[in-house]
Amino acid sequence: MENLELQKTANEVRKGIVTALHAAKAGHPGGSLSAADVFTYLYFEEMNIDPKDPKKADRDRFVLSKGHTAPGLYSVLAQRGYFPKEDLVTLRHLGSYLQGHPDMKHIPGVDMSSGSLGQGISAAVGMALSAKLSGDSYRVYTLLGDGEIQEGQVWEAAMFAGARKLDNLVVIVDNNGLQIDGKIEDVCSPYPIDKKFEAFNFHVINVTDGNDMAQLRAAFDEAKATKGMPTAIIMKTVKGKGVSFMENQVGWHGKAPNDEEYAQAMADLEKVGEALCQK
Amino acid sequence: MSEVKKIATRASYGNALVELGKKHDDLVVLDADLAAATQTGIFKKAFPERHIDCGIAECNMMGIAAGLATTGKVPFASTFAMFAAGRAFEQVRNSVGYPKLNVKIGATHGGISVGEDGATHQCCEDFALMRTIPGMVVACPSDDIEAKAMVEAAYEHVGPVYMRFGRLAVPVINDNPDYKFELGKGIVLREGKDLTIIANGLCVAPSLEAAAKLAEEGIEAKVINIHTIKPLDEELVVAAAKETGKVVTVEEHSIIGGLGGAVCECLAEKAPVPVKRIGINDVYGESGPAVALLEKYGLDAAGIYKQIKAFI
Repeated sequence: MENLELQKTANEVRKGIVTALHAAKAGHPGGSLSAADVFTYLYFEEMNIDPKDPKKADRDRFVLSKGHTAPGLYSVLAQRGYFPKEDLVTLRHLGSYLQGHPDMKHIPGVDMSSGSLGQGISAAVGMALSAKLSGDSYRVYTLLGDGEIQEGQVWEAAMFAGARKLDNLVVIVDNNGLQIDGKIEDVCSPYPIDKKFEAFNFHVINVTDGNDMAQLRAAFDEAKATKGMPTAIIMKTVKGKGVSFMENQVGWHGKAPNDEEYAQAMADLEKVGEALCQK
Repeated sequence: MSEVKKIATRASYGNALVELGKKHDDLVVLDADLAAATQTGIFKKAFPERHIDCGIAECNMMGIAAGLATTGKVPFASTFAMFAAGRAFEQVRNSVGYPKLNVKIGATHGGISVGEDGATHQCCEDFALMRTIPGMVVACPSDDIEAKAMVEAAYEHVGPVYMRFGRLAVPVINDNPDYKFELGKGIVLREGKDLTIIANGLCVAPSLEAAAKLAEEGIEAKVINIHTIKPLDEELVVAAAKETGKVVTVEEHSIIGGLGGAVCECLAEKAPVPVKRIGINDVYGESGPAVALLEKYGLDAAGIYKQIKAFI
């Protein structure tokens, strides 16, 4: 898919995110929106997957280690055809399969249940290890929050992946700079993130704009060409990207838009969509 | 009884893994820098490519096990009970239990019979912790024969299983042709009408001794080996309670939440009878030789006998 098409798709994914969160009346828009572009790139361009056969054995795997941004994952899965987009409004509702955090038992396309921060990366490492043990060629991608990397388990997993030279593993850090209690550097700074992964024997790619498809494409191509070590893509993003009043606002980490805010958010995204159509 | 063969169930674990590994290519063993102690080193020698040392990082090991299981491997994640059930509790709950992944946890060095290492390593809470995880099978073998059968059954079972093995060499008590192991099915080792002793792990052998001593005084105790704490063989436990009217549980675990807890929960609802829980009485252990510790904490035959006498 061309970058422009990917951008348009990402904009649709964003609409799905705010629609789901508005209906859920709770959830995490900021980090879902910051990662909407990487979700789109992975599911529409990068990964070897088949929505008609979500469990096919040789598929690439994705683990959403920052599981609270499930609305982003669900929206892209729906957009890709794993399940009906109409179901997004059942997010977090009693009886819905769209649980507050990813649930591999009930959601088509979800490769691992996650949500307790720091745990998803370990499962992704296990998947990558399994491919190496069996000589399978699938690749494994996992997305972490920049706040999430404060969890010690992340570094246990990184140490293992680096030591085992798991070059079929790509760890993506969504560096949107904000966590619940404030700026990540004020809460408990994880910086420098790139040097940390380098020290754990990763090939590190710094993406200065993780909301830019061309930069994402270059990064994932470089990751694929990297042999003998796992890759970490540290991407700078804008939390709340695409919705004017949510951008870079810590308050929108974990709050759903009300009716009025929802209308505004959708209007913002319509505008973005129209601009993309002019290109 | 002096010539009884003794073997630690952790060694049985290592040996059983090798036998299973020969039959099943999908079996993978994980360890966290304790391969010599957990005895997975035996497996490592036989199948070096399928033995993954995760280093001293038990939480990550559980997550790796979960990831392996999603791809169809059958991982046996091994470390001390303290770290498997204690440190990595939340990883086991959320990454293994919640998605019902086919991960087997081989937890060695359970209970105070860890000995000299002392309280920090003597896990007496693992049954309680693991039992609260929905869908988790929790088991603890009484000897070498049972341990090997349990590891095999765990492999065959689809879903998470927690197994606790011991460091101390314990007598082989199940070497009879009628012995049959089934997860979730208790084994009646001795018939009696006056009370029921329900034990597991290394407490089974001394419980049998205590029952023999009681018999000398005309007190006939039924002895049941409940190797699977969850799912509990409720049918057997309830029938025994109704039959004998009194129940004693014996375990190398806190009296809170383990075998005693499980039996009490069951009987309180289905067949209320007086129950005496013998185990670690809400205290930490301490350093010392394993056998001396078991004696001090009342888990040898004499201690069990004494506590039962006081109860009845």
